[in-house]
Amino acid sequence: MVVKIQREDFNISDELELLNLEKNNSGGCVTFLGKVRSKNNNFIVKSLEIEHYPIMTQKQLESIESQAFKKWQLNSSLIIHRYGKLLPGDNIVLVITTSTYRQSSFKANEFIVEQLKTRATFWKLEETLNKKYWLKPEQTLNN
Amino acid sequence: MKVVYFAWVRERVGINYEIIELPEDIKSIETLLSFLSLKSPAHKDALSNRKLLKFSVNFEFVEITQRIKNDDEVAIFPPVTGG
Repeated sequence: MVVKIQREDFNISDELELLNLEKNNSGGCVTFLGKVRSKNNNFIVKSLEIEHYPIMTQKQLESIESQAFKKWQLNSSLIIHRYGKLLPGDNIVLVITTSTYRQSSFKANEFIVEQLKTRATFWKLEETLNKKYWLKPEQTLNN
Repeated sequence: MKVVYFAWVRERVGINYEIIELPEDIKSIETLLSFLSLKSPAHKDALSNRKLLKFSVNFEFVEITQRIKNDDEVAIFPPVTGG
């Protein structure tokens, strides 16, 4: 179980390599990549600024991962969530789950991504061509 | 007590956090909000609509009725939008 909260971008291939799938006998590996949209709620997005509550975010992400491990037979998992100012097309979040057979990693990955929406202490300030506003959960829950 | 603000709550209050001495009669998040609202018009404005606010005590989500003590870290913020 790995959690990283960082300003810097990440490289999916490098992260997959670090998970060492051969060694833990993972036949299934599900990768979710969340990115900044160029258009949101019919407005053209200029940037997305993500703020977070460091200690609490770390605790919440670790707790979400632990729950996923209790519910499904996973071999390894990774959550990377970025903060700071991001531009359309930039990576925001990476969730990787691996398991011996595919079913567990599919289900666990979706669970983690859904939990991030309601439990991870991040807030998004979206800047469009003519305004800046804090996104509300209903504007991100189904995205 | 350390009180931390995030997102638009932080912007409206005008500070990231503040250290306060918790009066003896303030025993819950609910009464803390009333106490903080008296500090400035900015506090009052930011904390007036309690339905828009979420809370944590020592990095765990809590309800508005949660009991608090002087050495707690309380955070006040809008609903999260992670992922």
